[in-house]
Formats: sequence, structure tokens, C-alpha cells
Amino acid sequence: MKTKTRTAALRTLSLGLGVALLATACSSGGTGEAEETSGDTGDSTTITWWHNSNTAPGKDYYEKVAADFSEANPGVQIEVSAMQHDDMVTKLDAAFQSGDAPDIYMERGGGEMQAHVEAGLTKDLSDVAADTISTLGSSVAGWQIDGQTYGLPFSMGVVGFWYNKALFEQAGVTEAPATWDEFYTVIDKLKAAGIEPISVGVGEKWPAAHYWYYFVLRECSQKVLQDGVSTLDFSDPCFAKAGENLEKLVAAEPFNAGFLSTPAQKGPTSASALLATGKVAMELAGHWEPGVMQGLTEDKQGLGEDTGWFPFPAVTGGKGDPAAVLGGGDAWAVSEGAPDVAVDFVKYLLSDEVQQGFAEQDMGLPTNPAAVEFVKDPALAALLEVRDSSPFVQLYFDTAFGTSVGGAMNDAIALVFASSGSAQDIVDATQSAADAEK
Amino acid sequence: MADDTTAPRGATVSPATSTTQAPVVGRATARPTARVAGGRRGPGPAWRKRAEIVFFVAPALLLFLFFVVWPIVKAVQFSLYRWKGFGPLVDFVGLRNYVSVLQNDVFTDALQHNLTIVVFSILIQLPLGLAIALLLNRRLWGQGVLRTIIFVPYVLAEVIAGVVWFQLLQPQYGVIDAVLGVVGLEGPPQGWLGTPDKAMIAVIAVLTWKYLGLAVILFLAGLQGVPEELYEASQLDGASWWQTQRRITIPLLGPTVRTWAFLSMIGSLQLFDMVWILTKGGPANATTTMVTFLVTEGTKRQNFGIASAASVILFVVALTFALLYQRFVMRRDTHDPAPRKKAHR
Repeated sequence: MKTKTRTAALRTLSLGLGVALLATACSSGGTGEAEETSGDTGDSTTITWWHNSNTAPGKDYYEKVAADFSEANPGVQIEVSAMQHDDMVTKLDAAFQSGDAPDIYMERGGGEMQAHVEAGLTKDLSDVAADTISTLGSSVAGWQIDGQTYGLPFSMGVVGFWYNKALFEQAGVTEAPATWDEFYTVIDKLKAAGIEPISVGVGEKWPAAHYWYYFVLRECSQKVLQDGVSTLDFSDPCFAKAGENLEKLVAAEPFNAGFLSTPAQKGPTSASALLATGKVAMELAGHWEPGVMQGLTEDKQGLGEDTGWFPFPAVTGGKGDPAAVLGGGDAWAVSEGAPDVAVDFVKYLLSDEVQQGFAEQDMGLPTNPAAVEFVKDPALAALLEVRDSSPFVQLYFDTAFGTSVGGAMNDAIALVFASSGSAQDIVDATQSAADAEK
Repeated sequence: MADDTTAPRGATVSPATSTTQAPVVGRATARPTARVAGGRRGPGPAWRKRAEIVFFVAPALLLFLFFVVWPIVKAVQFSLYRWKGFGPLVDFVGLRNYVSVLQNDVFTDALQHNLTIVVFSILIQLPLGLAIALLLNRRLWGQGVLRTIIFVPYVLAEVIAGVVWFQLLQPQYGVIDAVLGVVGLEGPPQGWLGTPDKAMIAVIAVLTWKYLGLAVILFLAGLQGVPEELYEASQLDGASWWQTQRRITIPLLGPTVRTWAFLSMIGSLQLFDMVWILTKGGPANATTTMVTFLVTEGTKRQNFGIASAASVILFVVALTFALLYQRFVMRRDTHDPAPRKKAHR
């Protein structure tokens, strides 16, 4: 009786299992095979392009660029998807996981790109786009692995302090600080005038992390830095020293109330909005800040005339070049399985003509030297000068090291802001996450 | 007895039904089948019953296998590899991901936070919900409006509620601090969500606000099931309102309360959305939960192996809780409650 019952139950169960397995086998087979959505079909080719310029004028401009290319290359269709940045990043991750990546996509370089290259997802452009690479010069360095180039940067920006000129004046600060001693004087003056000196969005961690990155850039020599990025060895004392600088800054309490939960750019209480609406005097941020502030004010002007910018001050005794800048950029990369014409299109995107239009629309800081003079916005033009005169641009460390190490590092830095972590903790957390990668 | 872990309810049922000589197939379906067979239609051929069972269970079983069992199997598989989320699964690391999750202070803290939330949810919402339900169960002016007000937060989308509370709890510009200011109190200078040792209090407060409505509605529904006769009898015996509640209402509400506590417990263990919106697990990891940990590891850092290991651990923790609770607390509701059954159902 008992055994009979059990057999029956088992039979029922195995039948169900069989059907289920069949169903899953079918579905997983389906996704596995769908490696390439596009390819040569006779004389008509469609290439897919994902970008993040999803508002005018950038969106319209890119549509025109795609149409122009199709016209010059009969039979080539370009399927453009303009997405909001975060959505694009999320969708890209999913697309890579399912093996269904777009032919042309945005690559930020560093460890992120390295992971894609190691997984065989990204095309080597070294030979097929050699001309463009030589035009772009040193700015492609961030998209090279072992001398091979996997992405063509179209916009490169730098990070520095954006400040409110009117509030500085109100506090009696006449000159932007060039050293950290001067910076602390500025903080004191602003506080004395009843103005919150700095806003920072530790809620999202990366804005806070930029402080540590920059202190590292000022404390460490270029050689130590570049070795560190490639060997993932953080034993040089300059890394810990950077953290001590940060501890000192946090102890001076220059940040907006509630900075530990403040978002970076979203909503009226975000760090960028506090600067844009005159509630704080400055914020450490990249070239995107004027655009972000414009979106956060009702008149769409941001700080307008009061927008000021100065580089991250020098650290006394630091071994880093005070003119070195932290920054990063966006590059176009081509999927391994994309048709050849996708490479042609990417080269076209980096051409003098398209980059000039890109500069004219203030869509970013162009990388093609022929386009530099076309940037209209004075703040962006000034940044371009800083970028181009700087001895070297250090890619944001979290991008450079990849998401895994970068995430652990940013977490540890945020803990220092919360006064529950030490300078050494940042180094240790980064090192152990890096060791787990090796 | 080993079967107890998979289906504690059926375990004691099946021997009982098997003595009636009725063919028993799946244990879970044993009782209803036996009852129908013995009742209206008389015992039919065994193969037919089996075919029926297969026919009716198959769609649900398929969905269950595909959407529940399969992902669990995949998660276990991923947890044994070092994997970035794309490319082939090649880097087999055995149980190393589990070791690194269990040795990670952030995760063990997260586990503690989950347990704290479980305990406080029950400690705060149970008495509060019970008190409100008892009050609302009396004839009361504006009863409907009050019920609605208490239930609205539960209906509101979690994300919207989270965003609203995030703004309310902001320091300086937030409404909560302004209200506190009126009565001469002061919020923490970093704000409720920005101060590591206050953030959890804020999260629990918002969760209480959000989920109290569910407790109240469930308790009210349970109260409807308390038979009128008992109240009449107690009135005849001259019991006070308080005595009636204590001796009749609350004991008979037991099964409802135990079911609610179970839901609340499992919900607290799997808590994600509200915490993610309010604090993202910060500041300084003060409000991380197991799920925010695994989401951060998986989608933000692309350590899918680690995230999968964490999700398997979460699964085991939740399953253990559920089974222990079934075994020791819910048992009295599901096992042989015959004498009481007629009274309150």
C-alpha cells in the first residue's frame, strides 16, 4: 500500500518535472541562440545604437546624424535608442547577460570595459579605426588594454569645485582657494557669514568618493597612481594619507545638514539642487553640473551668472601634480558581433563634422581637437582649457577599478564621511576587494 | 518523520487517511480527494483519479517549477561560481562565496537589522493594531472614515510612500523636524535618515505607519468571526467590556493574530523597497537588510556569485523561520482544532 502510493506520487511528480524541464530547455535554448540581432541580409543592414542623449537638442542632433549616415550609405539603417542614463546602464547590463547587446553602445572605460573585453563582448578597434585613434591622441588611453583600443571617447570632462560667486562675495571671499589651507579659511568665512559651505550627496556614495580620489591624486605621484591602477596594489602610504586629509575635512564640518542621506542630483534636496538654489556655497562635481543645475531650477538657468569653478586645491607636501585632474569620459564601443559598417558609423561619430555639431549643441566636452573651439558655453569652454592643459586626467577610480572593487572602495569612503571608518579602512577595503578579483 | 520538514501539515494527515483504504496520491491533496471520493461519487477507478489529479495539478505545478523551483536551482548554481553576470560560468569557487558572505560584517549586520525589524514590527504593531481594531469594532461615530484613514497607507504604493517620507524626514527643510520644532523638540542635526543610530528608528516608524493598516483590517475581519452569542452570554453574566475582550475576543482572535504575525515576519525578513528608497541601506550600513545587501552586490557591483550566495542564505533563514513557526505556533491552528473550530469559524 505504502509503496504503491509513493510510486504513483513519484510518477506524477516526474511527469510534471519532465514537462517543466522541456519548457525551460526550450526557452534557454532560445536566448542562447539569439546572439546577434542584426547582420547582413542581402543589401540591407540594420545596426542598433544606444545612447543617453534623450532630451533636446542632443536627441534631435543624433537623429540627424544617423539619418545623414544612412543617406550617405544606402542600404544601412540605424536603429537609434535614446535612453535616460541610468536606464541605459541597467539595460546594457541585461543585454550583455543575455548576449543581445546593441551594435554600438557607450563604454566608460576602466575595469568596467575590461570585464566586457575579457568576456569577449567588445570589438578591438585598433586596426579598423586607426586613423580616428591617432586623431583623438592621448584621450583614448582610458579605453586601451595592452595597447589595443576598444572604445573611441567622444566626450571627456573633469571634476572640480563649482561655486556660487554671489555667496562667496557675501562671505568676503575674493579669490578662489588654491591650497587646502586657503580652502579651510574659505570654509570658516562662509560659516561665519551663516552660509553652509559645501553640499555633498553621500546618499549615493560616488559624490563623496570623489573627494578621496582627488586627495589621492594630490598625495600620490603619477607613477604610484598608474602602477596602482594596473597592479591593484595600494600599499604606498600616500593612499592612507589621502584618507587622513579626508578625515580632517569631515572633522571641519563643512557639509550641508543631513549630507549622509543627501542624494546627488535627484530632487529639490539633492546636493546639486542645494547649490543651484543658493542654499550652499559650493559642490565638488564634474562637467555635467551646469546642465544638472539648470534642470533643478524653475527658470532653467541654474546658477546662471553666479556660476564659478575652481580646481581641487593643492595639498601641502603632496607628491601629486596640482594640475592633474580627475575626470572621465564616454566612448563609443562596438559589439564583437556587429557588422563592419557599425565601425564606419562610429568613426563618423568622431569625425570633425559630427564632433563640431556636438560641441555647438553643448552636449559635452568634445575629444576631437578640431571641435574644441566650437564649444559655446563659457563654463564648459573654461573646463576644456583646464582639461587640455592638464598633465594627465585620472579616470574616476570606481570606473577604473571596475564595479566590484569600486563599490567596496566607495562604501568605505562613505563610512569615513559618517565618521565610522578610518583612512586605513579605505585602503584595506579596497585592497581586499581587489585581492578577491585576482 | 524526515518528511516533516517539507510538509508538516500533511505528515500527520496521511497515515490517518491511509487507514480508510482510500488511495492516496500527493499528500497535500490527500484529504480533499478522500473526502470527495468517500462522499458523493463513491470510489472510482484509481487510474482515473490519478489522471484527474495530474490534469488539475499540472498547470500550477509547471508554473511553480518554472518560476519558483528553477530560479532557486539557478541561484544555488550561480552561488558556486565567481561570476560578473555576463559571459560563461567557468570560475567555480565552491562554497567560497558563502564563506565571504557570512564573514562580511555588512551582511551579518543586515541579518541583525532584519531580526530587529521582525521583533519591533510585532512588538509595536500587534498591541497597537489590536487596540485600534477593538476600538473600531465598537459602534463609533466616523468609524468608516477612521478605518479608511488607517488603511490608506497600506494601499499606497511602497515607492510613493517612501519618496514622500524621505522628503518629510529631511533635516532643515523637512516637515517632521518643523513639527518637532513647534513643540520645542529638535531632530538630529544630520536628519533622521542621515544619523546612523537614528535611521533604523525612522525606518521602523515608517514601516509601522505603512503596515499598521493591514494588521487592523485583518484583526477587524477576525473580530467579525467572533460569534454574537458569546457576547450575549457574557453580557448576561455581567462581564465588563474589558473582561469580554480579554476572555472572549482576544483568545478567539488567536488564529488571525498568528497568521498576521507570520506574514509580518516573512515580510520583514524580505524587506527591501522601503529601506532602499529611504536610505539605500545607509548611512554607514546602519539600515542594510539582507535583500539590500544582495541587490547591492548583484546589480551594483556585479558580484553575482556573492549575491546568489546571500539570496540562498536568505532563503534558508526565511524557510527555517517559516517551518519553526508552523511547527510551534501555527500548529494549534492547523492541527485538530475540532472543539474550537465550530465556535469561531
